[in-house]
Amino acid sequence: MVKTFGEFLIFMQSMLVRKERLGTLWQRTLDEAILIGIDSVFIVAIVSAFIGAVTCVQIAYNLVNPLIPKSTIGFMVREMTILELAPTITSIVLAGKVGSSIAGGLGTMRITEQVDALEVMGINSASYLVLPKIVAAMLMFPLLVVLAMVLSITGGYLAGTLSGAMSAQEYVEGIRTDFVPYNIVFALIKSVVFAFLVSAISSYKGYYTKGGALEVGAASTGAVTNSIIAILLADYVLAAVLL
Amino acid sequence: MIEVHNIQKSFNGNPVLKGITCTFETGKCNLLLGGSGTGKSVLLQCIVGLMKPDLGSITFDGLVFTNNKVDIKQEIRRKIGMLFQGGALFDSMTVYENTEFPLKMLTPEMSKEERRDRVEFCLKRVGLENAGTKMPSEISGGMKKRVGIARAIAPNCTYLFCDEPNSGLDPATSIKIDELIYEITHEYGITTVVITHDMNSVVEIGDHIIYLHKGQKLWDGNKDEILNTTVPELKEFIFSSSLVRAAKKVDEETEGGLAAATSDEAYNI
Ligand SMILES: Nc1ncnc2c1ncn2[C@@H]1O[C@H](COP(=O)(O)OP(=O)(O)O)[C@@H](O)[C@H]1O
Ligand SMILES: [Mg+2]
Repeated sequence: MVKTFGEFLIFMQSMLVRKERLGTLWQRTLDEAILIGIDSVFIVAIVSAFIGAVTCVQIAYNLVNPLIPKSTIGFMVREMTILELAPTITSIVLAGKVGSSIAGGLGTMRITEQVDALEVMGINSASYLVLPKIVAAMLMFPLLVVLAMVLSITGGYLAGTLSGAMSAQEYVEGIRTDFVPYNIVFALIKSVVFAFLVSAISSYKGYYTKGGALEVGAASTGAVTNSIIAILLADYVLAAVLL
Repeated sequence: MIEVHNIQKSFNGNPVLKGITCTFETGKCNLLLGGSGTGKSVLLQCIVGLMKPDLGSITFDGLVFTNNKVDIKQEIRRKIGMLFQGGALFDSMTVYENTEFPLKMLTPEMSKEERRDRVEFCLKRVGLENAGTKMPSEISGGMKKRVGIARAIAPNCTYLFCDEPNSGLDPATSIKIDELIYEITHEYGITTVVITHDMNSVVEIGDHIIYLHKGQKLWDGNKDEILNTTVPELKEFIFSSSLVRAAKKVDEETEGGLAAATSDEAYNI
């Protein structure tokens, strides 16, 4: 465990020496951003809209006390999605989608000697392959999380009004009550940290794959499980430190 | 000329290379011959810098590769082209982009037009002038090797390393790839090192052959000398190839020269 962590730190450090030209790295980062960001919009949109909708319906179901105003439902949907559900669930979904694809891609490149081919050309493969992935993830996760916030709240609105649990006016009043802008900042900080964890852990798992196709599969699985555990741990630590 | 001096390498206390000293001659096809698991790939990885030997030195035309000067290492690396066993083409890039890649990365001063000319020249040289737009997944094993060769020679390499260029190819394609490597070596005066366990390649392209056995160099010489070797392990290796055995049989029946060179012991394997 300690040894793995040490190797991980050496891996991170190896990306920063003998770097390629910035233009090349930037171009690679844009390519990765498209793979990580644009290709994940669909799954993030579906998941967050439904989570918002389900959260709203369940809160409405639990709020039977006539003394509590209906706008509380909107308020609670907003609080839950912005603080926790949008950044954390989105990152867990992305750990599955992006993490497995990073680890699988790098693992395949490793076992088919594409990584060695880069090294023989005198290219720092860690810096060329991995650094752009990490930077791209740290740029794209926050954008996806913002999208997830908007869609969750919209999902809650649709579910709440269509099911007749409350009126549109009550919901909007709810989501505007006691709004703390810092919560959005906090969520974005979380998403950047999660992005780093998912992309770096998955890259590490993929980059050091040994063996054959079976090991590539194992590296992908390991990348996803380790990323999710890291996200949840970091989620707790950040909440304790920053809130 | 590449000089390898007393290279040793072990994995977890298990010695794989036990002090190998040999030279690879300029402008020739140097073959590293030996059975599976004798450490040929490990030696090659040490030479191209993918692995660090425990002991020993490697010198490329006087430049010492095994000291820790990063700029000298980088200078040598720029002159190295390598053909990997499976081709190791970048599978997100077309054949054209694969060949262009080292030029883009290593010679940024080259203009787009110069690069295009060079890529087209290299693809033509390996007989793939019409495959530029194909993806690696769409081409055959032999074509992948050709693209690998084109990519290796694109930046005008001085040293070319090939790890089992024939593995996974049918005999006819194997011979074509061997011929291509041989021609390119002699056309451009490249120092080529080819790993093989195939006697066909030895007879075909072996300008200089180094025989490895269990991590040691047991013999070196050229393809005319190899059949007259007195090293028992090498004899055994050569005559375990059924083609060579068949050739020897014919030879014996016609009382040719091969028979004199080999003992019965080697023949009776
Ligand atoms: N990275 C490695 N770690 C541990 N053992 C290795 C490694 N690479 C090669 N070996 C061992 O070294 C020996 C020689 O391997 P190799 O050079 O690939 O043989 P070949 O001559 O067939 O190319 C084998 O026994 C192999 O198990
Ligand atoms: Mg080998």
